[in-house]
Order: sequence, then C-alpha cells, then structure tokens
Amino acid sequence: MGKRDFKTLQEKRPGRKSRKQKDPTEVQTSAKLLSRKSKTRFAKRLAKKRELNSTEERLESGESVNGKSEASRLTHDWVESDDEGEDTALDIEKESSESDESDGELVEEEDGTDRVESFDEDSEPLDDEYTDEPTEPSSKSVSTNLQLGGGTIETSTPDLESLTARIKETMEVLSDFKSRRDPDTPRGDYLDLLAADLANYYNYNTYLIRDVIMEIFPLNELLEFLEANEVDRPVTLRTNTLKTRRRELAQALIGRGVNLDPLGDWTKVGLVVFDSPVPLGATPEYLAGHYVLQGASSLLPVVALAPQEREKVLDACAAPGMKASYIAQLMRNTGVLFANDASKERIRAVLGNLHRLGVSNAVVTNLDARNVHRSNRNFDRVLVDAPCSGTGIIAKDPSVKTSKSQEDILGLAALQKELLLAAIDACDAKSRTGGYVVYSTCSITVEENEWVVDCALRRRDVKLVATGIHFGSPGFTQIRGRRFHPTMNLAKRFYPHKQNMDGFFVAKLKKLSNDKPKAGNKVEEEGDKVGQLNNNNRGEKRKLSEGGEGKKVKSAKKRKGKSGDKLENNKEGNKEVSGDIKSKKRRRKKKKGDKETKEGTDRLKAKLVMKARHFAKKRNAKRKQMKK
Amino acid sequence: KNLINSWQMRKLNEDETKTVFEKLMKYIGDNVRTLLERTDHQYCFRLHRDRVFYIREDVLKCGVAVPRKNLISSGTCIGKFTKTGKFKLLITSLPILAAYAKYKVWIKPNSEQAFLYGNSVTKQALGRITENTPSFAGVVVYGMNDMPLGFGVAARSTAECRRAQPISNVVLHQSDIGEFIRNEVDLLT
Repeated sequence: MGKRDFKTLQEKRPGRKSRKQKDPTEVQTSAKLLSRKSKTRFAKRLAKKRELNSTEERLESGESVNGKSEASRLTHDWVESDDEGEDTALDIEKESSESDESDGELVEEEDGTDRVESFDEDSEPLDDEYTDEPTEPSSKSVSTNLQLGGGTIETSTPDLESLTARIKETMEVLSDFKSRRDPDTPRGDYLDLLAADLANYYNYNTYLIRDVIMEIFPLNELLEFLEANEVDRPVTLRTNTLKTRRRELAQALIGRGVNLDPLGDWTKVGLVVFDSPVPLGATPEYLAGHYVLQGASSLLPVVALAPQEREKVLDACAAPGMKASYIAQLMRNTGVLFANDASKERIRAVLGNLHRLGVSNAVVTNLDARNVHRSNRNFDRVLVDAPCSGTGIIAKDPSVKTSKSQEDILGLAALQKELLLAAIDACDAKSRTGGYVVYSTCSITVEENEWVVDCALRRRDVKLVATGIHFGSPGFTQIRGRRFHPTMNLAKRFYPHKQNMDGFFVAKLKKLSNDKPKAGNKVEEEGDKVGQLNNNNRGEKRKLSEGGEGKKVKSAKKRKGKSGDKLENNKEGNKEVSGDIKSKKRRRKKKKGDKETKEGTDRLKAKLVMKARHFAKKRNAKRKQMKK
Repeated sequence: KNLINSWQMRKLNEDETKTVFEKLMKYIGDNVRTLLERTDHQYCFRLHRDRVFYIREDVLKCGVAVPRKNLISSGTCIGKFTKTGKFKLLITSLPILAAYAKYKVWIKPNSEQAFLYGNSVTKQALGRITENTPSFAGVVVYGMNDMPLGFGVAARSTAECRRAQPISNVVLHQSDIGEFIRNEVDLLT
C-alpha cells in the first residue's frame, strides 16, 4: 500500500514525472497557477451555478422558458473551450455524438455532475479576471434564441465559448427533436440557427452550410466533415511507371530520408508521405519525372476510366496534367492521348508535366472542351474532370468557404452539363474496346454531380456502369426530395472525413449508341424540373415530384426506345426514364382506344404486342453485336 | 526562313532538317538514323511555329484534325529554332538523347544538386566519363544511378580530364532537368 500512497511515491522517487504530479488537493486552491483550460472550467462552474439560480428565478416568475429541456441543457457538461478553436470543436464532436447515442446520460447529468472530472462544489471563487468571462450573457442569448416563434435568429457574434456551447445545444435539441424542442419554433429555425453558428465558427458563408453541406450530411456527420476541412489531407505521390517502379522509387526516396508507405490496396502506384526532410517537389527524382505529387482522390477517375493500350483517349479538362499523365502511363505510351484544356496559361502546365514525365503519345490542345466533338468523334474513352466549385477541396483552398454562392454553383452546373454532353458526343459507342466516359468533379454538391449525370442520362443514349472502385460512398439516387436515375448509386462519392482524401465524385458512363434522342420534349423538361428543385420551394416539392413521376410512369410503360437496355431498366422497375414525343401520341391513341369498342381495344393490344416483339428482336440483335 | 508562317504542323524543309540533324549528331552521332528508322513505329519530325517535334505517325495523324491555332504540341518537343535560324536543343529532348548518347558523363551524388542549379561540372564532381571523348563533343550527364540529368559539352577530352585540376570545368553546362522548375516559362511557350 505504501507504493500506492502518493506522498510516499514522491519521497521515494523524486524523478521528473513525480515532480510534475501535484497532490490533487493542491490543484483547487492554487487557482493562479492553473492552466487556461482548467481556469475556464472553473469560470463555467461558477456561471453554471449562477444560471441555475437564475433559471429558478425565471421559472418562478413565470416567463416562457423551454421547461425542463432548457434546465437540463444548462446543467450539461460544458464544452471546454480554448482560444484554439480546434480543441473545442473536437469536444463538441465527441459529445454530440455521445449524446446522440444514448439519452440516459443526459438525464443523469441533471444532477450537475461533471462527466470528465469531479471537482468539489466548495471550490474557492476565482480572481475577477476569470469570473468576468461572459458566460452569463451567452446563456441569456441562448435562451432568447430558442424562444424563436417569430423566426428571429440572433446573428450578433458571441465569443467562441458561447458559440460552441450554442452549437452543441442546438445539435442536442435536433437529435431528439420531439422531446427537446420548443413547441413554437419549427425545426427549420433550429437548423438555421445551427447553420449561422457553424458558418460563424468555421468561417463559411451561410449558403454553403445551410443549403449545401447540411442538405448532404446528417447531423452526426456534419461536424466531422467540417472538422476534416480544417485539416490537410496526407501528401501522396504517384509513381511514374514509364520511368521507374514503385519499389525502386520508394527505395530512392527513403535513401533521401523521406518517410513513406504504399497508399493502399487499390493502387499500385500510390505512395503516402508522412514526413520528408527534402522538398518533394524538387528532388532529382521528381525532376527526372519518376513521380508526381498528386492527391489520392485524383487517381480515382483514371482508375475508373481504365484506359487500355493502343486506344484513343481524351482528357477534356486536362490542366495541370496529372490525370492525363496517369492515363498515358496506363497506356504505356501507346495509342493517342488528347490532353485538352480551355485555358492557355494552364495548358503550359500540362505541357511541362507531360514532357517531364516522358509521355510521347500526347497531343496537347487548347480547345474549348465543348467543341472537341466537332473535330474528333472517335475517342475510345473520355475523361471529363469538370471545373467545379471545389467544395471537396476546402482543406486545400479555404477561400472556397466564403466565395461560392448559389449562382456560382448553378452556373458551374450548366457548364458541366455542356461539357459532359460534348464529351459523350466525342466518344465513339462503336469502339471495340471502349465507349466509356468518366465524369468527375472535386466537389460534393448534388447540383454539380448527380444532377449533371442525370441530365446526361436523359439526353443521350448512355447508361451508368460500376466505376470499379470498391470503396467510397454511393451516389445519391434521391436526396431531399430530388430524385435521380435509380442507377445513380453506381457513381461514387468520396469525403475527407470518411476516406481521408479530398472530396470527389466519380461516375462512369457507357455509351450505348451514337444516336441522340430528339431534344425539346416536355417530359424531359419536367424531368429537369425534378432535378432542379430549389430549396426555397420545399412545400411544392412533393407536388412536382408526384406529377412528374406519374407522367413518367405512363411514358415508361409505352416507351420503346432504341436501346434494349432501357427496356431492361423498365423491367427492373425503373419508372424514371423520360419518353420522347412519340410516347404522347401513344397515350392519345390509347385514350381513344378505351372509348371505342372491345374490338378496338383488342386491335390495339395486338398492335402493342407486335411492337414489343419487334423491339425485342432489335434488342437481341444489339446484344449480339455488343458481345462481339 | 519562313518560321512566322509555320503555324501549322509541317515537315521540315531541307535547310531546317540539316541544322537539326547536325545538332543531334553532336550528341548521338549516327544514331540519328535509328531515330527515323525505328522498327516498332514510324516516327517523324515536324515543325510547329518555331519548335521541332518528334512524333509517332499515328499521334501525328490524330493531331491533324485539330485547328492550327489550338494545337499546342504533339509528341515530344526536341528543341526550337532561334530567330537567327539556329537550332537549340531543349531539355525535353533528354529522353531521346539519353537513349542514344555516344559520350556519357557520370557525376558524383554530392554534386548532382550543383549541376541541377545550372553550374558546370568540375573535375571534383566527375565520377566517370566514356573513353575517347573528344573535347567539345556533345555529352549527356547522368547521376551515378544512371539517371539522366542533362546535357552539355565536354570542355576537355578524356585524357585531358585525367590531368586536369579539381576546380577546372570538365563539362560545360547546356541544359539540365532543374529547368523544369527554374525555367518553366521559357521552356514551352
């Protein structure tokens, strides 16, 4: 027992660590010697006590308070705040997720016991400088905010501690909304408040948080995502297999003192760098073109594209040339690679990189990618790494947080649609080995990703296929009332907080035929509307989707498209395929048939059967062709 | 010289071909023929604006469809014609030179960085040199791990190198791979 006794320990072994360890009883009294963290903890303890008293007073006075929920919230574990934002946010993260898991803990804490440490309640009062920390006014601001009924949100900036506290509280309310809500305030108001606070805390504009990030991520992932955007992703390299092998490169770099590892199972050319005494962008190996500094997620579109040797491949938005050079290396310098970019300044980077890496099969062009298909239509594979809002690479470029608005994103989406359609036109469906288009962006917004691919699916004869990447989150088939093609889950999404790589979206399309369905159909326009829903019209969402869906169902039943695969999709229960002008005529005919006699309906039925057989024949013939 | 009008990819005319081949022969000697008579594919030289490209035939054919103004490069850029009509080899030609080089110089690991900054190779830095290198011959510089670093001109013949003092220059620097960082703008525009 002597060893366990603290004082005897100190006497026996007066080492460095034992000198640091203080007797627990000493800590409370020597308030001046405490670290900042514990000082603020004390301040909050005091404030907590004061609030408890004040709420009691308020309850007695009969003001409208949120009943038990508020009191319980106030006695909850306060977030330990520092002036360093990172620490506090992590605590929120842990605690919000913990509170999400079990309600039992919360009930316990009404007693006022601290989960983390136990302090005596008879602690001495601190000096004035610490008691003056404005936790009281923050709590007041919290209570006024939660008494929303008229929908007012306090946008005045409280300090960090109160911000974090308020964020934490709103999230707790939202996690168990029924029991903890204020009956007058709708859920939207809580979400708006949370969005405003998060935007304040992480320096985003509220549009991004409210209408983009909160739409995509559930509450428990929301903070993880925002936190991940504050931290850099690990540095990764790609070996240039035209000049060296990964093992040899790794040995050479380790010889220079770099600490690295293979990137993962899914790649044979990737390396992760943990630390490096030499500048990685200036080693002789880099200059000789043995490797490139490339993010892990930008390897993925090329992995999905899987270019084969002796193919003709187009990279429509090639700058700075990382993906183009990866394509060339997978093709082993055979075939032809078109590296195109619309910007004349950035195309030089492509040139430089391709030459340094020893790519000899590249044609570098400076065309607008929307016009490439006018001169060249027989590409086996096309990669469209479209210019995007960059909401997935916030960790690299924090200016995205404040610079992107809804207009920007919708404008980009329009451009991306044009690019993708042009790329599909440039691709040759009849190519022996290919006929694939890969669309990728480094953003997480639905408008730039699923919506664009959905538009392409409707306007061209293409279908989504599996990307070949076995990890990552699936694309959304429906989100917040918008509905996309049911195969959209074949597309892949990558997030910084899940896969620890930059946010990315990859979709692989297979071109079925070189035909274009006629543009300007009413059904198509409605389909566009469904994809195009504004968040402002949330109430009208249901109506539009139902109406759109219903009409689509009818058209799908009568749809006899040129490609057999679409009929297949109908069998699978796909009711989202848009029809063409012909389908309307068919609808009218059917209506007429219903009014006529039984003979008429029989004749119609016979016609339909004949047509079905006819198109089934065509479908089979096509299948045979594709097998060949 | 009709260089201003050569906005298209065109074949080199006789004079231009002569200057280019003469320059190349300084580094790779008679192997210039093998550049054109390769067994796996047919390669050719083309002039685009003022730059000479070494392109494979199928790549060349695909590039033809692109409008002239929008075509930046095709295949590998070997070098460029200066305004006075002389031909200057660029570092981007290193893969070709290194593959067929006649006279080679290997430098010690410690002095690699010095060469990559654009300095000439001193006797101290010299690791190995091919036998019978004549003075002022075109020379390709390698690191000791056989990694091509650049090219230059031998200031001294092999025999003279042995007798030379440590500080004296052995290889006069012309081009090195550090130019990809130092000199990006001039390289490729």
